[in-house]
Amino acid sequence: MRYVTDRKRAAGKGSAHTGTEHHWYMQASAVGLAILVPVFVYCVGRALKQPYGEAWFFLMQPWVAIPLALTIFVGMRHFAKGATMMVEDYARGTMRKALIITVLSLSYTVTAVGIYALLVISLKG
Amino acid sequence: MVQFTLPKNSKVRVGKTWPKPDGKNVRKFRIYRWDPDLGENPRVDTYFLDMDKCGPMVLDALIKIKTEIDPTLTFRRSCREGICGSCAMNIDGINTLACIYGLDEVKGDVAIYPLPHMPVVKDLIPDLTHFYAQHASIMPWLETKTNRPAKEWRQSIEDRKKLDGLYECVMCASCSTSCPSYWWNSDRYLGPAALLHAYRWIIDSRDEATGERLDDLEDPFKLYRCHTIMNCAKTCPKGLNPAKAIAEIKKMMVSRVV
Repeated sequence: MRYVTDRKRAAGKGSAHTGTEHHWYMQASAVGLAILVPVFVYCVGRALKQPYGEAWFFLMQPWVAIPLALTIFVGMRHFAKGATMMVEDYARGTMRKALIITVLSLSYTVTAVGIYALLVISLKG
Repeated sequence: MVQFTLPKNSKVRVGKTWPKPDGKNVRKFRIYRWDPDLGENPRVDTYFLDMDKCGPMVLDALIKIKTEIDPTLTFRRSCREGICGSCAMNIDGINTLACIYGLDEVKGDVAIYPLPHMPVVKDLIPDLTHFYAQHASIMPWLETKTNRPAKEWRQSIEDRKKLDGLYECVMCASCSTSCPSYWWNSDRYLGPAALLHAYRWIIDSRDEATGERLDDLEDPFKLYRCHTIMNCAKTCPKGLNPAKAIAEIKKMMVSRVV
């Protein structure tokens, strides 16, 4: 039992003076992804229909590789921030920290693997 | 972690069924009961009322039950016209004011519970201590730095109109207790009611603490835990839109940095 006034309990540790940047990033990246995701789906869909060699040649072109890289990067950053917020909603204490680290690690790993794959396709020729 | 099941001592059991009166227009009421002095789990008691001898609102029925059937039934009420916000409760799954919610709006049996996800003091009375403390924390008063004018703080008709849809809030807590974000994070998230009031003071043309108020709200939990679920706007018995007020605060926050 803690003898804390109701007002002190409501005030907690005060304002973190942060959050707006996160909010704005989510809004801006959502708009960006609304354009990038259809391009991503079109490019990957078209590549999947082609034979291996032609698909490789198609994916190494800059107008395909750059939007794909952007989708992976922006999409994973959007996912990381959104999933972090979801974790903060439902988890507490050590579990919260562990899940946030997992989400961030996963998003960075997917980003790195995706960009690496695109670089191999684009540079190897 | 979020709890998806009730703890053992909160599981609701079937309670007492009170005698059914004679009459053609009899209606069944299932009402949540819990008395801390009994040390028992909460229960749902069943009451029957002859609707030909009852007023049209849910509060009329509750008062009739308390007066004529079971005087131990406990609930808050005062103005009986939607001004005081005392009789907020969950009726037929909707958080609303019993005094302005018509019995004809409920189909079938009338199920009445206290406001969800709040500690219960007794029966239909939730503990609103933290809710009120959160309201106090947003400084719900006019903050000025300029010397007090000789007569009054003046406000144009246009600026006064900006307060419409905000000042009418009666702090019944229906919105906050319908918000899933508030259910899970009410220790840190201010909730729709407190944020609607915060916005009411932020956009008041006479208030001179806009920056400080926004500074105080800029927090991942205090403000940004609102995910625009809109339950608050759907349930508000006064027809207000706290979600819009919160969105306006977010827009003001963004306009400070972009």
